[in-house]
Amino acid sequence: MGSPSLDKGGTGTLAAEGAAELEVQAVDKTYRARAGASTHALSDISLSVAPGEFISLVGRSGCGKTTLLRILAGLIAPTSGRVLAGGRDLWQGSKRDPAALGKFGLVFQDANLFPWFSIEDNIALPLKLRGVDKRTRRAKAAELCGLVGLTGFEKSYPRELSGGMRQRAAIARALSYDPSVLLMDEPFGALDALTRDRMNLELQRISVATGATVVFVTHSITEAVFLADRVVLLSPRPGRIRSITRVGFDRPRELDVESEPGFQHVVRTLRHQLDEED
Amino acid sequence: MEPIAKARWLPWAGTTVVLLVTLLAWQLAVTVFGISPFTLPTPAAVGEAVVDLLSTPSTWGHIGVTLFEVAVGFLAALVFGLVAGVVLGRAEWLERAVRPVLVAVQVVPKVAFIPLFVIWFGFGVTSKIIMAATLAFFPIMLNVMLGVRSVERGHRDVMLGLGAKRWPTFRDLELPSTMPYVFAGMEVAVVFAVIGAIVGEYLGGNEGLGYLVVVSLNALDAPGLFAVILLLAVLGCLLYAVVNGAKRFAIPWHDSVVGREVA
Ligand SMILES: Nc1ncnc2c1ncn2[C@@H]1O[C@H](COP(=O)(O)OP(=O)(O)OP(=O)(O)O)[C@@H](O)[C@H]1O
Ligand SMILES: [Mg+2]
Repeated sequence: MGSPSLDKGGTGTLAAEGAAELEVQAVDKTYRARAGASTHALSDISLSVAPGEFISLVGRSGCGKTTLLRILAGLIAPTSGRVLAGGRDLWQGSKRDPAALGKFGLVFQDANLFPWFSIEDNIALPLKLRGVDKRTRRAKAAELCGLVGLTGFEKSYPRELSGGMRQRAAIARALSYDPSVLLMDEPFGALDALTRDRMNLELQRISVATGATVVFVTHSITEAVFLADRVVLLSPRPGRIRSITRVGFDRPRELDVESEPGFQHVVRTLRHQLDEED
Repeated sequence: MEPIAKARWLPWAGTTVVLLVTLLAWQLAVTVFGISPFTLPTPAAVGEAVVDLLSTPSTWGHIGVTLFEVAVGFLAALVFGLVAGVVLGRAEWLERAVRPVLVAVQVVPKVAFIPLFVIWFGFGVTSKIIMAATLAFFPIMLNVMLGVRSVERGHRDVMLGLGAKRWPTFRDLELPSTMPYVFAGMEVAVVFAVIGAIVGEYLGGNEGLGYLVVVSLNALDAPGLFAVILLLAVLGCLLYAVVNGAKRFAIPWHDSVVGREVA
């Protein structure tokens, strides 16, 4: 399965305890188009994510990162293989386990805010679905707006915000109900470099403070290495795990860590692995 | 600031200019080129006829009858159109099964049914209401069907990912996503409902603005005819304004309401 030799530097010990928060076993995904054409998006993916672990998922555009994340989130079923959340099968027959979904916070590649809700209502939507009363929702939304730098835009509508601001609102929405598993698909892709650095620090702080498990898709190798406990590199057509790299810097990490030789060495190695694929 | 301010008064100014030019050309056509006033009365004569019409008490009765037919027919079409649109939008197999029938019913000029409705439901308001409802039904149903199917995939994923149940998914996602389509259907439907009621009145009965048109025609009263048509135009505009106002109230967030400068 995959490359067990590469996994030995990873969380082999944690996985051995059988305490994986999230796990995929020999997952295959083929998209079938109507005209008989099909795309083999993922092939034989096995990965086990420990509680509180931060995983970065990197790879070329179209290599199946979003697909893998959607499978982890239970939005689509794998063609074959198993998906486990907290040791339980996420799919029971063709039904998803609702208990497992309750603790997932998702951030999509697009912000996917509802245009009919104000920013505040968008952020508090998960709380509304959980039956939290209006006043508590307001308060929580205001607090989260502060966290992602959207204070003053609580009453605005999504169309009045820039792409990056919308994406930040979507992150706030995912954080609103304190999920224990965060699945994020290029959440900072639309942000400028400075805001991105700030959000990276913030995300690290949140993940450390709440002990949340994070799977984070990104195109930026630097970002991936800065944030992750392990960086999972996917190679395309079909998507396979090319390598899993353990990043051992102490937390909380400062931005300065990026200029350390060790950090740059990891980044360079990953970049070479990406380049080799041509 | 300048271009936006310009855009504000432009339609008003434009409408006024077009109206004045039309009236001038009209007056000239009649007085200078000698078109028979039986064919084309002067604007002044039409104005007089409008005043006459409005000061006749029975006119208001006719307006009331037509309004009643349009309103009831439109509301019936709204209810049935919503139900049929949601059902057909949800159950794709059903829609495919009845699609030939739908297409057939749609391409038949429904005005041709009026004599039938008159035979079945008499010369009273019922046959007109049914005509108005029949015409208004299709735009609403088709739009609702489209709307139900147009919920964005990404938005669905959000609800799915949150493990939302059926009712919250409907309340917070499907209903608001479909509303713009419902209103698009309603804006077309209200115009169709007026057409249905008026044409129904042409063909049978002795009340309503359509009936007034026929009376004026039989009396070869061209100014009167013009006056009723003007009245109908005003009525149509008012009804459209009501639906449009409801839309602005119900979906203030939608691009069709907000306009381009903000979107
Ligand atoms: N719904 C779908 N139907 C058919 N094929 C799909 C679908 N979604 C993705 N694919 C295919 O699966 C492959 C992987 O897509 P995926 O979206 O997972 O890539 P990605 O790594 O997230 O890319 P990017 O970095 O550009 O977001 C692509 O070749 C794509 O064409
Ligand atoms: Mg993607």
